[in-house]
Amino acid sequence: MEPGRTYDVLVAGGGNAALCAALTARAAGASVLLLESAPRHFRGGNSRHTRNLRCMHDGPSDPLTGAYPAEDYWADLLDVTGGRTNEALARMVIAGTAGCRGWMAAHGVRFQPSIGGALHLSHTNAFFLGGGKALINAYYRAAARLGVEIEYGAEVRDLQIQDTRFGGAVVARNGHEELVRASTFVAASGGFQANRDWLRDAWGAAADNFHVRGTPYDTGRVLRALMDNGAATTGDPTQCHAVAIDGRAPRFDGGIVTRVDCIPLGIVVNTHAERFHDEGEDLWPKRYAVWGRLVARQPDQQAFVIFDARAPGLFIPPMLPPVEAPSIRRLAAALGLEPAALERTVLAYNAAVRPGTFDHEALDDCSTAGLTPPKSHWARRIDRAPFYAYPLRPGITFTYLGVTVDERARVIWQDGRPAANVFAAGEIMAGNILGQGYLAGLGMAIGTVFGRKAGEEAARRAAT
Amino acid sequence: MLPAHLAQEGRHMARICNACRYCEGLCPVFPAIERRLDFAETDLRYLANLCHDCGECLDACQYAPPHPFGVDMPRMLAAVRRASYRRYAWPTRADALFSRHGLALLLGAAVAPLLFAIVLGLMVGTDVFFAPHDDGAGGFYRIMPHAVMAGLFGAVGAWCAGALAVGLRRCWRDLAATRGDGTARDAARGAMREALTLRHMGAGGEPDAPVWRRRWHHCTFYGFVLCFAATSVAAFYHNVLGWTAPYPLLSVPALLGSVGGIGLLAGPSGLLWLKLRRSAERHDQEQLGMDVVLLVLLFETSLSGLLLRAWGATAAMGPLLGIHLGAVAGLFLLLPYGKFVHGLYRFCALLRYRMGG
Repeated sequence: MEPGRTYDVLVAGGGNAALCAALTARAAGASVLLLESAPRHFRGGNSRHTRNLRCMHDGPSDPLTGAYPAEDYWADLLDVTGGRTNEALARMVIAGTAGCRGWMAAHGVRFQPSIGGALHLSHTNAFFLGGGKALINAYYRAAARLGVEIEYGAEVRDLQIQDTRFGGAVVARNGHEELVRASTFVAASGGFQANRDWLRDAWGAAADNFHVRGTPYDTGRVLRALMDNGAATTGDPTQCHAVAIDGRAPRFDGGIVTRVDCIPLGIVVNTHAERFHDEGEDLWPKRYAVWGRLVARQPDQQAFVIFDARAPGLFIPPMLPPVEAPSIRRLAAALGLEPAALERTVLAYNAAVRPGTFDHEALDDCSTAGLTPPKSHWARRIDRAPFYAYPLRPGITFTYLGVTVDERARVIWQDGRPAANVFAAGEIMAGNILGQGYLAGLGMAIGTVFGRKAGEEAARRAAT
Repeated sequence: MLPAHLAQEGRHMARICNACRYCEGLCPVFPAIERRLDFAETDLRYLANLCHDCGECLDACQYAPPHPFGVDMPRMLAAVRRASYRRYAWPTRADALFSRHGLALLLGAAVAPLLFAIVLGLMVGTDVFFAPHDDGAGGFYRIMPHAVMAGLFGAVGAWCAGALAVGLRRCWRDLAATRGDGTARDAARGAMREALTLRHMGAGGEPDAPVWRRRWHHCTFYGFVLCFAATSVAAFYHNVLGWTAPYPLLSVPALLGSVGGIGLLAGPSGLLWLKLRRSAERHDQEQLGMDVVLLVLLFETSLSGLLLRAWGATAAMGPLLGIHLGAVAGLFLLLPYGKFVHGLYRFCALLRYRMGG
């Protein structure tokens, strides 16, 4: 980072979208400075915790099996978002995923077949060998090779924007601030989920009980600066990707290993030891991302999944072993629940279980009758000791409120004009496509397609 | 028994890997983890002996230090592996002694062959020892009579083979206690192919390191095999056919020995170079001494053997033979207690893996 120099492209952020933008802009001949607010060891934002990218493809294509045509992709997206999506941008992402794997491989990313416990994704999602951090490492190596300048521990604090035209960014590094000038700006610095105050604005006091699954560096500072300068926003501040995680997980950066995936195999109760949602509503990959919000709406944002000796081995175990007890009453005591209340709930559930043929990998016919809420599938009696439980908390992955963009990744201003030289990619604009809900691997799809688009457009703009 | 903190740390890390699974495609360690729900000490020793210590999983790990979860599988598995070598070694105390005095041993390994040569020289007398041996056949045995040589190296070889066999048996029995219900017969072919090709030896952060690590390892292993074959053929020539050494340049033992010897110069040098280039935090310091001793002894054995081949008809033959015999004796005495055993134990682990372990 040279004082006094004007870069062609300044990229704020250090995750997948930022790197895709930087690599593309640099390949187009632009001088590029990438500012990662995290130190080197924690570089990569939430991409460090990712594992795959959802790709459309018309036939088997290593490592993907079968086919996943654009129309199927679009139908899945429409389903999870309930129509809260920008069709033109969504279709652009879907089309972009068809050809991006070659580009990724050329920049050092390697793929592997679907990993254990995620075989249902084998025809839709390309898994990264070694996961997201391996991908990030490959991109950083490629960036260094191509001559992208990279600064770690460099946080963009403020933006100088006059009438949609970016002039420079105030960057804090090593305890002091300096102004960095550039011809164009790419905002790829993620959501605001690690900013507790902002979460509290949206969720109230409940936000204090949220765990942040990913990077603690996504404070939304660039998003806020763009909003303050007049950028239009898309999305609802309470909408986010959130899952139920082990309540004993750390407050930040627990990632995938704290996720609890055994909900369909048991029942979930709140602190009153009462059930509150159908645990067997649909196949788990389609429902895992609703449980974060469900738990967030319970008293103290807390819940417990209760299961018995039949379940271990049928789900991916989280890093911490479950709470174990020889009886439901003892289990309740260990969890701080009223023993009589939990026993009542379990007995009522057991009494409602109908006979059926259990199959945890399909929508089986094991359901309850006369129970509210019902359990529609995988309902088996909970009566074989030992009994187990995981305490649950909402774990937020990323927020959906973001800046509005167009198909050239340009940020749109509140008066409807596209910005002259400000582009956005990744979680900071994912809300344009994800109004609600989630599809596995879509975040990386948006980041990769929009990252490359933003890099291409920024380089072209800088050259004129 | 593993130290309590190591067993606990191993279980902690393996549980995290089992919940994450992102490294599944890197090597068999991770699929083996996924076949388990808990990790007893035997499971950890099994995983440790499956690991090639390439470091790629550490590079890819989202929970690597300084993340508070502190997942560093290569370091943890190296510590468990070292403990497993100690557990399987016979006599049991010998390995502990050796692994604690790696540096002293290194110096010993470098100097002992010289001492051996000096003692030998004093015993046979300098006039014979330094005489030019330009008459071909039988020269070696004027320095050390064939019966003495055969007796001495037969004893060293028997000790070595016995100790290795006990270690192998202890390892296999230990790993048999972990999961896996296939039969060793069905698994053997695949495991042998993977062991001989080093199929799972992965990257290691730097893009060119993996290729070269595998190449140097192949040079070392196949160089050793060829040299061993050369000695075996020579023994057959001498004892069965009655042909005495040295053998002509284009004979079978000389060709095997020369090609193998060159492999044993290149391989250990390359591996040593890669080892020294590795960052300090990637080293298992306690094991490093033993690894280096093996590489130095292999190099020394090969160099003295090749020089003996070249200058066997000169006055240097006596001292060179002394050094060579000293190096060979040291190599085989230390073989059961150094890095060499990893070949046997990794093969056991690969076999177990192919049996569903």
